[in-house]
Amino acid sequence: MDLVFWIPALVAIVATLLAVTNYNPVHGLLYLIVSLLAVALIFFRLGAPFAGILEVIVYAGAIVVLFVFVVMMLNLGDAVVEQEKRWLKPRVWAGPAVLCGVLIVELWRVVWPAGATHPLSDAVIDAPHVGVALFGPYLLAVELASMMLLAALVAAFHLGRHD
Amino acid sequence: MIVPFEQVLFVSGVLFVLGLMGILIRRNILFVLMSIEVMMNSAALAFVAAGNRWGQPDGQIMFILILTLAASEASVGLALVLQIFRRFKTLDTDAASEMKG
Repeated sequence: MDLVFWIPALVAIVATLLAVTNYNPVHGLLYLIVSLLAVALIFFRLGAPFAGILEVIVYAGAIVVLFVFVVMMLNLGDAVVEQEKRWLKPRVWAGPAVLCGVLIVELWRVVWPAGATHPLSDAVIDAPHVGVALFGPYLLAVELASMMLLAALVAAFHLGRHD
Repeated sequence: MIVPFEQVLFVSGVLFVLGLMGILIRRNILFVLMSIEVMMNSAALAFVAAGNRWGQPDGQIMFILILTLAASEASVGLALVLQIFRRFKTLDTDAASEMKG
């Protein structure tokens, strides 16, 4: 039992469950940050420190903060919490929850069969390895990603205008 | 002793299914976008674990590409959320079904 992996994994699962079932958007976003930080710890455990740092800086530090800014701009009050309580009835979530539970059990049976375990290595793949591969064979993917970011920037600027 | 590959994949699958459940049960667009972020994050976890399994940096490169995808999706999605809130004064996904498609 690898506790350094399983403690953040349990924290991530519980925090994600609380994030998607919370009534208050800000509380949900804070639970989402906890979940992302736990996944960053898993990345460090898996020997991917560069991915872990990017998870903290970009995911928890930029994307979720963008969500927080939008919630702040929308100025949602207690009325939204009341509305969420009215929307989130057991009649609504029971069916999807049962189906998702079935999916989780099946994933467990398929992915984790007894006796067929492949151990991971303790080797660290750090930033220089990633950078050399990123700007070598994956250069075209980097260019395409930059074009996608430019398109997203233009789209967000266009959609966010006041008129 | 480090954890087996299958257990990391299982955790990634659980996170993905939780995000899927969030999309299915929520009507608030903000929570739907958050659930999409959770799902992309779980896919990134699977990629990083696979990169460790074969000792290659490709998994982390896919993680970086997923990160750029998540950033673009969040910015465009949140701009749409602002427009929908400005136009319909609500975050209900059913309010924006005017196309009758």
